[in-house]
Amino acid sequence: MTDPNLTQRGVPRPPPPSRWWRTRRRPGGKPPSQRSGARIPLALLLPAVVGIAFLVLPMVGLLIRAPWSELLLRLAEPEVGQALRLSLITATLATLVSMVFGIPIAWVLARSAVRGRSILRALVTVPLVLPPVVGGVALFLVLGRRGIVGAWLYDTFGFSLPFTTAAVVIAETFVAMPFLVISVEGALRAADARFEDAAATLGANGWSTFRRVTLPLVAPGIAAGAVLCWARALGEFGATITFAGNFPGTTQTMPLAVYLALQNDPEAAIVLSLVLLAVSLATLTLLRERWLTRS
Amino acid sequence: MAQALSAGSPPNLPFGVPESAGSLHNQRFDLAADRVSLAAAFAVQRGSLPLEVDLTVEPGRVLVLLGPNGAGKSTVLRVLAGLLRPDAGRVVLGDLALDDAAAGKQVPPYDRPVGMVFQDYLLFPHLSTVDNVAFGLRSRRVPKAQARAAARGWLERVGLAEYQTAKPGSLSGGQAQRVAMARALVGSPQLLLLDEPLAALDARTKLEVRAELRRHLADYAGATVVVSHDPIDAMALADEVAVIEHGRVVQSGAPGEVARRPRTEYVARLIGLTLLAGTGEGTKVRLESGASVTVAEPSQGSVHVAIRPEAVAIYPTEPHGSPRNVWPARVASATPHGSAVRCDLDGPVPLTADLTATAFAELGLAPGSAVWATVKAHEVEVYDR
Repeated sequence: MTDPNLTQRGVPRPPPPSRWWRTRRRPGGKPPSQRSGARIPLALLLPAVVGIAFLVLPMVGLLIRAPWSELLLRLAEPEVGQALRLSLITATLATLVSMVFGIPIAWVLARSAVRGRSILRALVTVPLVLPPVVGGVALFLVLGRRGIVGAWLYDTFGFSLPFTTAAVVIAETFVAMPFLVISVEGALRAADARFEDAAATLGANGWSTFRRVTLPLVAPGIAAGAVLCWARALGEFGATITFAGNFPGTTQTMPLAVYLALQNDPEAAIVLSLVLLAVSLATLTLLRERWLTRS
Repeated sequence: MAQALSAGSPPNLPFGVPESAGSLHNQRFDLAADRVSLAAAFAVQRGSLPLEVDLTVEPGRVLVLLGPNGAGKSTVLRVLAGLLRPDAGRVVLGDLALDDAAAGKQVPPYDRPVGMVFQDYLLFPHLSTVDNVAFGLRSRRVPKAQARAAARGWLERVGLAEYQTAKPGSLSGGQAQRVAMARALVGSPQLLLLDEPLAALDARTKLEVRAELRRHLADYAGATVVVSHDPIDAMALADEVAVIEHGRVVQSGAPGEVARRPRTEYVARLIGLTLLAGTGEGTKVRLESGASVTVAEPSQGSVHVAIRPEAVAIYPTEPHGSPRNVWPARVASATPHGSAVRCDLDGPVPLTADLTATAFAELGLAPGSAVWATVKAHEVEVYDR
């Protein structure tokens, strides 16, 4: 095979000015970035196909092995509904809590001139890379009945967090909030801060500017972050089982139920997984369309 | 503070927001604005550029800050608007000190009676034009219905009544400029700041919007500071021009004066004049290059010589005759300039000449052509340096 970009000695030829990227380009055609039908190099195509198969096949497997005939019956089981309801409620609450605290964090990271912002950012995003189980242990040490804050809570109010539904929300928030923070911070950085200057010259103070200008401008970023955050919270397993336990009705969310079912009733696990997959896909497509029509 | 013309506005509303939108029509802006002057003398460090300015603008007057990109013009506006804190000096509007670096005092931007039009207008994309215009009134706690009504009045005044519900994204450049203008003026500010108000417009719209802007500025009773890099805009809008170069005002005065007698190379080039420094010796000026220029008015000592490009005539061979300056020259570059061709000439006296396209073609000129340049003595402006 001869490579037209190499001379006979294998020395790279200086690229001809008009088609060095090695794609066919009709004269007067669209610029290369918009043109469809660019030839994909084999070295990229092959791994891409394998990678896509790797990502898609497990989902296909789930569909193939699903007990379709008794699906409705299985879904009608009260444990399934219970786990699903708990999952949806806790994930939504965790998302709301993440927004209440995460958006201000993102603003501080993107807009303020606080010293040590990069350290702050690193700290805030630790839960992204921290194994969730470790997060659960850490939460336990702080909020558990003998924990640093938990002991005080118990002594003062006689109230213990672990193994409650609140603990599920806390565990999910801990793991999912960084997704929202990162997403909103990115949106804030991309938004033109001069709109905020304009608002200031129109008499809007800091809070008013944030509420009336910044927030609407980054709303799509917040929506994206909230969806990511919600999806992550919905799938949370490690921190939840460590900090909140696995009690049907109060702390047993869908992922926990799937794991438990896999031990003694694999078909039930498949059904539950299918439900989670459907919920994930539905959210994704639903919001995708909304975003697309918006922009 | 002069209250004379603000009698019609209710005292409880900030900056004299009119009671009803109906009364806005056919009203001049000065019914609401207090007539106060701006006095600003401050220094601020922007990156490596130290900026130091001293400006005063009387109410009803328009000061245009003219200068090249990066000269610090916009920084001046940001300080005046309160978006940037000066390192030293004071900004005083009427008897209100907006900035006082020595006293560590700064009125935040949202508490200043200042309206600003930004370079690319920065209309809030998520709000309709009427809500954009009403924004400033809403910030100042004017009830929603009243703010909207006032905003509608303003949109009508700038000829955009039918665009109330339009989003800024659907407006043309000229329309956006007018909305931005209405948005800045709706709160009846005492100081109006315009950052390159015409730079974002195409050539045709620009003419139209410039004329309109002039009308608005003539109606506006407060002090106005405009930033521009375009000398034509500056001349058209200004009562007074201050030329900023390298963070300093190098020349200020009436636009005609600045145009006729530039003090720096930059100003001269901007206006299209050739500016030469020399020493007056009666009706001759000896240039630093050694060449001399014959002038009509006698002068002595350090002087500037300014020559308009239209005053330069070009001949293929050395001409003889009436008392005038004749220099050999070489065409360095030629660019279309309006209906003429503007030629930069190299030689003992560097010149800029405007030729008609016909003359340019008939002479068979091209970069490198050797020519003779002549200027009549009475066409040369000479003034002290």
